[in-house]
Amino acid sequence: MNLTLHVWRQKDVATPGQMVRYDAPNVSEHMSFLEMLDVVNEGLILKGDEPIAFEHDCREGICGSCGFMINGIAHGGFKNTTVCQLHMRHFEDGDEVFIEPWRATAFPVMKDLIVDRSAFDRIIASGGYVSVSTGSAPDGNALPIRKQDSDLAMDAAACIGCGACVASCPNAAAALFTGAKISHLAHLPQGQPERKERSLRMVRQMNAELFGNCTNIGECEATCPKGIPIEVIASMNGDFLAASWQERPPVEIAGAG
Amino acid sequence: MNLNARIPSGPIEQRWDKARFDLKLVNPANKRKYNVIVVGSGLAGGSAAATLGELGYNVKCFCFQDSPRRAHSIAAQGGINAAKNYQNDGDSVYRLFYDTVKGGDFRARESNVYRLAQVSVSIIDQCVAQGVPFAREYGGLLANRSFGGAQVSRTFYARGQTGQQLLLGAYQALERQIDAGKVKMLPRTEMLDLIVIDGKARGIVARNLVTGRIDVHMADAVVLATGGYGNVFYLSTNAKGSNTTAIWRAYKRGAAFGNPCYTQIHPTCIPQSGDYQSKLTLMSESLRNDGRIWVPLKQGDTRTAAQIPESERDYYLERMYPSFGNLSPRDIASRAAKRVCDEGRGVGPGGLGVYLDFSDAIRRLGQKTIAERYGNLFEIYERITGEDPYTLPMRIYPAVHYTMGGLWVDYHLMSTVPGLFVLGEANFSDHGANRLGASALMQGLSDGYFVIPYTLGNYLASEKFAKVDETHPEAVAALAQTQSMTKQLLAIKGKRTVSSFHRELGKLMWDFCGMARNAKGLEQAADKIAGLREEFWKNVNVSGEAGDLNQNLESAGRVADFLELGELMCHDARVREESCGGHFREEYQTSDGEAQRNDDSFSHVAAWEYQGPNQKPVRHQEELQFEYVKPVQRSYK
Repeated sequence: MNLTLHVWRQKDVATPGQMVRYDAPNVSEHMSFLEMLDVVNEGLILKGDEPIAFEHDCREGICGSCGFMINGIAHGGFKNTTVCQLHMRHFEDGDEVFIEPWRATAFPVMKDLIVDRSAFDRIIASGGYVSVSTGSAPDGNALPIRKQDSDLAMDAAACIGCGACVASCPNAAAALFTGAKISHLAHLPQGQPERKERSLRMVRQMNAELFGNCTNIGECEATCPKGIPIEVIASMNGDFLAASWQERPPVEIAGAG
Repeated sequence: MNLNARIPSGPIEQRWDKARFDLKLVNPANKRKYNVIVVGSGLAGGSAAATLGELGYNVKCFCFQDSPRRAHSIAAQGGINAAKNYQNDGDSVYRLFYDTVKGGDFRARESNVYRLAQVSVSIIDQCVAQGVPFAREYGGLLANRSFGGAQVSRTFYARGQTGQQLLLGAYQALERQIDAGKVKMLPRTEMLDLIVIDGKARGIVARNLVTGRIDVHMADAVVLATGGYGNVFYLSTNAKGSNTTAIWRAYKRGAAFGNPCYTQIHPTCIPQSGDYQSKLTLMSESLRNDGRIWVPLKQGDTRTAAQIPESERDYYLERMYPSFGNLSPRDIASRAAKRVCDEGRGVGPGGLGVYLDFSDAIRRLGQKTIAERYGNLFEIYERITGEDPYTLPMRIYPAVHYTMGGLWVDYHLMSTVPGLFVLGEANFSDHGANRLGASALMQGLSDGYFVIPYTLGNYLASEKFAKVDETHPEAVAALAQTQSMTKQLLAIKGKRTVSSFHRELGKLMWDFCGMARNAKGLEQAADKIAGLREEFWKNVNVSGEAGDLNQNLESAGRVADFLELGELMCHDARVREESCGGHFREEYQTSDGEAQRNDDSFSHVAAWEYQGPNQKPVRHQEELQFEYVKPVQRSYK
């Protein structure tokens, strides 16, 4: 099949970008979307043009590197599918395809389809972990965990940090991403000691990164390639509210005597 | 070249304890005075950086991806082994040790493997404490599954995303140290050279992949955890960015390269569909627990799977290896698949495929149970092929998956360059000539969480460090050399793209240094690769600029290194005149087609020493001692 692509080209974070039209001839239905772009890029290089920059790595839908908007929908809009796993059999000869980067204040465009998602790392650094240094763990079976709870934790932990939720949200909120980590650890006994502090710090970091507020629209859940349920946002809000209510300024501890 | 492996003396059960007592310690107050560089943020690098940060060292951690959470460890599906014996089915540290040495076809160092089996149990504890959501039974305790090459259930898993969950555990521990200010993370930064001063590793040259700026970073020790080099074959199950550059450039600075030819070809991958194909997708080996592998008995059988009656199917693994059956080790299962396809009994386009059939399991256990166990893998398969594995058997074919070779390290995981430590898949160590399933995650985390914190401390406490900075002549020279290589790549402006060279290299490697190798083919391939490399430096077309985010330039540097490594792999495979594990030389096989080792001549590690551009490297040997597991012909029959 032959396709016409309209792709966002932008030199760097400081230079304004624009849509540029490219032909993608002889596309096989068995190709993945990224393989189709690979072929277009080979042609551009041989013509002396710069290839289209896009992020990708595992091409198995698990590393979370890839992702852009295809015709206005994050990852192209197929259920539980990242762009690297999207195959061209879903397109038809003559289709015009519009390809743009994630758009959000917190995700500045670095080049073409590549955005800076380091805000996600800083949200995790603000408390998305259990504080257990290597060597201090009890036996793995010392703490039985209800299978149902463990499964719910796994559902939330499946997040790959691709950023589709932010890109899909009209508010550019990172609530699904942040909620997924808070919910993962909140379902497990290991996550309890730091549960309140975690929700306070992570939500505040999320706000500081200039992500928008969640208004329960649900686009994030609809486009999440890992099917993270929107309940994780409720879980985050519940924890944050409870923790805010009980928050007290830290008390300076006086020494003995 | 000194290949002293520094193996502790005494009974094998006590060696790691003895080493830990003998290793020197760094006083807690002094740890913050040491700077350590960790390159790579996967299971090995991420866990090492986090743990060294917890201990108090100043750590700088580098990765080429946009975040440490992207490292390729994330793609491991099936599980992680540990000798917990929670199933009461006969497992023990000794059995895991034994299985791993035997699985590696008696080409691994016993003491390292024993330590790996010992610390495997602590890994599970650590990961559970971090909140890794391992699969559980209804009673709330941890679940296990069985895996290839073992007759006990010792594999822990988190659905089909075990690597992801373990990596996120290490990543979160790492982010905690970043937040605490103990680790400085430099993502989107690629190591391009190693700086060696007075014979010690003292820093690296790295390129900021966003601005293109090339800088020197100095330290008291350098830890490489940069993964494997399977992408030398172009098509592999590795992530597109996985590369050999860090370890290759360290090799060119004096680190010996161990057993470069040992490559693992994984039996269960989705077959290639066309020339544009950019990578191959693995289907977890855990599928072989319930799936049965077969091909038609008849050559050139064009009927669909459903049309072929039971009596005309050949469940060849069950037939050839009745005691391990579909769970035979990877090298054995891959070669068997190649053999039946070579006989003209393969299925699917080009006859390069075998069936992995779940119909019996679905009948026995119900679709719900199968979906619970493998649902996400079935989805991946359907997304890629457009076929539903609940109704049609999967088609699979072997693909390059893992490299057992890597930089040579001693028991302390230190390379032949003092102060350069190598962890995880990047080193050659624990898997011999073939890695068993669910052992890569175990080794990465063992090296990072539990070995390097001890051995690195010993090195720092034992050595005196001259004060050096970015202005040292060695650092200045390494920086200038890296900058000039970048300029040179951009200046060629030839007629071929980087990936056309990479594809051609990959095809040579697959045809001549792949599942079956012979002397003539290896010699030819080495010559052809040398010619291809020459053409690359005259005729490659690298687009864009040096001072910019330039993916084509990144890839050009990596392919330039693969073009050198590929030749070394062919030499190594040529000289090793035996078959062992993943290295199968057609000239050396038993009458029934199994690998024929030659223990008299080749019971050693080959460690290659770089001699300069276009010079033949020198091959050194570390003799392997088998005091506990006596080498026998591996049998899974």
